[in-house]
Amino acid sequence: MNKLLCALLLLVAVHLSAQKPSASDILKAVDKNMSSGSSISSTRMVVHSQRASRTVASTNYGQGNDKFYSEYTSPPRDKGTKMLKLGTDLWIFDPNTDRTVQISGNMLKQSVMGSDLSYEDFMEESKLFEDYSATIQKESSYDGRECWVLCLIAKRNDVSYYKRIIYVDKQRNVSLYEEWYAKSGKLMKTIKASDVQRIQNRWYPRKIVFKDQLKAGKGTEYYIDEIKFDVSIPKHIFSKAILK
Amino acid sequence: MFQFIIKGIFRDRHRWLFPILIVCAGVVMMVFTLSFMQGYQNSFIRQNARFETGHLKVVTRAYAEMIEQKPYDLAMLNIEDEFKEWQTKYPELSWVQRISFGALLDVPDERGETRAQGQVVGFAVDLLNSKREQELLNLNKALVSGRLPRANGEALMSDAALTRLSIKIGETVTLIGGSVYGAMTMQNLVIVGTVNFGVGALDNGAVIADISDIRQLLDMEQGASEILAFFENGEYNDKVASRVAAEFNAQYSDPEDEFSPKMLTMMQQNNLAYLMGTFSSMMGWMALVFVFIMGIVLWNSGLMNGIRRYGEFGLRLAIGEQKRQVYLGLLSEAFIVGIVGSCIGLVLGLGISLYFNKNGMDVSAYNRNTSILSENMVYTSITLKALVISFIPGVLSTLLGAALAGTAIYKRQTSQLFKELEA
Repeated sequence: MNKLLCALLLLVAVHLSAQKPSASDILKAVDKNMSSGSSISSTRMVVHSQRASRTVASTNYGQGNDKFYSEYTSPPRDKGTKMLKLGTDLWIFDPNTDRTVQISGNMLKQSVMGSDLSYEDFMEESKLFEDYSATIQKESSYDGRECWVLCLIAKRNDVSYYKRIIYVDKQRNVSLYEEWYAKSGKLMKTIKASDVQRIQNRWYPRKIVFKDQLKAGKGTEYYIDEIKFDVSIPKHIFSKAILK
Repeated sequence: MFQFIIKGIFRDRHRWLFPILIVCAGVVMMVFTLSFMQGYQNSFIRQNARFETGHLKVVTRAYAEMIEQKPYDLAMLNIEDEFKEWQTKYPELSWVQRISFGALLDVPDERGETRAQGQVVGFAVDLLNSKREQELLNLNKALVSGRLPRANGEALMSDAALTRLSIKIGETVTLIGGSVYGAMTMQNLVIVGTVNFGVGALDNGAVIADISDIRQLLDMEQGASEILAFFENGEYNDKVASRVAAEFNAQYSDPEDEFSPKMLTMMQQNNLAYLMGTFSSMMGWMALVFVFIMGIVLWNSGLMNGIRRYGEFGLRLAIGEQKRQVYLGLLSEAFIVGIVGSCIGLVLGLGISLYFNKNGMDVSAYNRNTSILSENMVYTSITLKALVISFIPGVLSTLLGAALAGTAIYKRQTSQLFKELEA
């Protein structure tokens, strides 16, 4: 009788642990869902500043997490501006001056096209699992979806944000809401993802709202109008020659 | 009686030489220090007006809230019509539009790759369509090498920054800044000349370009972060400035609209009202400290002199002079010594101050690491107020010293004075 009871308890325990994945598993699942071998996308960024709102459109090419090329298509003032990221290097080409400038040092803190994203945010290349160790804080509902609330703490000193709180959709493995904190504990940015759709074999948000908590304004809306995953991208796209 | 006292003083070298030397040195120091301080204050006001504040300044209400940070993203845009209206409405003021901004100066090599980079302070003024800014900034005098910009795309930079970044005159550099909407922007400029304003804060690394070029760089159509107004006579008058600002704000400024214009007087900016108040109170305190220190020194001198003259006082009391008369005599002597010492001090102090008024004093070593807007050459400014502030304490301190020392006459018993006389 005792043996039977023990076996039953063991079964229940195994069943329960199978239902509640570990924080690392959740993070890996998020990385798997959001990352791809390559992607081509058309996006619009609506930047709401204190004075006005403006829309910046671009075509983007990504390969893994360390290669990224973006060409701005509107507004006319920014059309032809190109941005290339190769590993830890980032270059901007400005058609008005015909100059290619490497963004480094303090310039990385500057905003991308006036948005709530900095070049430093843009430069983050590792997967979440590689940069952060995670713990499950609680289970909660966000935007009508059941979520895991994870607390991520940076594993290394060179990670831009020491701590992140993320709400991960339990079923879709998409982070729906994030809070990014500095080491001092100050909330730096919030990210809200919505309009999650099935694209190819993954769930992907079509709209993301970034809000720099240190900036006035209503934040930056980022719309992914079109995106294709795991497509073949010509090699020349990720070379400095593309910038001229 | 007066002649008698004068003869008494000047026939005894001990009575006049040391006190006059002390008073004279003190007054010389006071005249020079006050003239220097006044000169420094004038330089400070002038430099602030020319480079920073104007006599009056118009900015947006949002900009005014953070004016120390010069947030050009909160600047006035499309203001040409308003600008013309203000020019017509206030003919007693001359107006200039400016943009101050921070930027990165990127110097390319022959392949277009970055050769050198440095942070610069951008200063956009109307260089091409009006001579007013050239006069205000004294550009012809400040020009060290090259020439002033004659066309769009040309700029000046501070001589020190040009040397630091190894740029040659005629070379093209790229200014990297942020647009009024926050996006990164770039603009190529040809450096045609270098300047040295004698203002540490600007000479460390400034780029001066025409406002139309910078409007393009910062995406500020018909915009200006600051509009400065100057009284035509060149003198700042706080009463008039306050009246004009109040009138302007009542008509044009809307508390509900953070981008509506707001006029600030010079004293409402850069903490100038406080600084000027501090300058004035410093002058007052200096006079007080001067009287106190000189009083102590002359008191000591008077005591020494008094001890030496006990015999004389004893004799005077013996022949029937009252203590009060002896004491008043001592004060009269001190008064005459004070007048003479102060007069000599005034003449000498005036001479030294006039020398520095003409030739100036080089204070560049103190301005090198400061952000205070003051000229590297400070010219003393001699005012009647400074002369009076120096002269009166000169006389007062001598009187105070003698008054304190002379009280010993009352403390001594007549019998004791007679004893000292006999000895």
